[in-house]
Amino acid sequence: MIHEQESIVIKTVARLLVPFIQLFALYVIMHGHSSPGGGFQGGVILAASFILLSIAYGLDEVKRRFSIKALTVLTSAGVFLYAGTGVLCLLLGENFLDYGVLPVVEPRGMGMLAIEIGVGITVMAAMVSIFHDLLDFE
Amino acid sequence: MIWQLDLILLVFTVACAIGALVIKDLLGSVIMLGAFSLFMCLLWIEMGAVDVAFTEASVGAGITTVFFVIAVFKTERRSKD
Repeated sequence: MIHEQESIVIKTVARLLVPFIQLFALYVIMHGHSSPGGGFQGGVILAASFILLSIAYGLDEVKRRFSIKALTVLTSAGVFLYAGTGVLCLLLGENFLDYGVLPVVEPRGMGMLAIEIGVGITVMAAMVSIFHDLLDFE
Repeated sequence: MIWQLDLILLVFTVACAIGALVIKDLLGSVIMLGAFSLFMCLLWIEMGAVDVAFTEASVGAGITTVFFVIAVFKTERRSKD
């Protein structure tokens, strides 16, 4: 359904905006534990940047760089990061997702950050693959 | 909490919701739903729930609008009833 646009205005504005949207999304994910925002919101904003890119440059261009297989792997990798952090705490002798025992500086903040990054990756990949599936559906 | 601002935002929210229900053109209805999400987001901010407002703005006004627009283009634009 979506093909490459002829309009140079749309393409230029999309190309200029996408890096700033992605930077803002990473900021929202990184500051999720101390300010409003978090993994879910940051992942949705990151997915919105890819949706803007595929509206402006056509779906095939985005699919060439970001295949369905990569999206599936990313969806699973985020869940794996979330559960892996929890199981790591379990292996170190505490409860599931009890970040206090992680062997890093500032273990609670870092544990929460790992969770947020996992949620962000999963939400981004799931939203973009829903978008691709909706467009491919006949 | 400023109750005058609260009341104005609530009136706009209800107006957008009723508009989204009564408009026959489904594309216009989707856009009204996006406006409803925007006013709902302002209402959340005004009541102090910034995190919920963030989710409402990114999911309600951003992603679901895109999904609904695709759904309208994949089916048909006019509503039967």
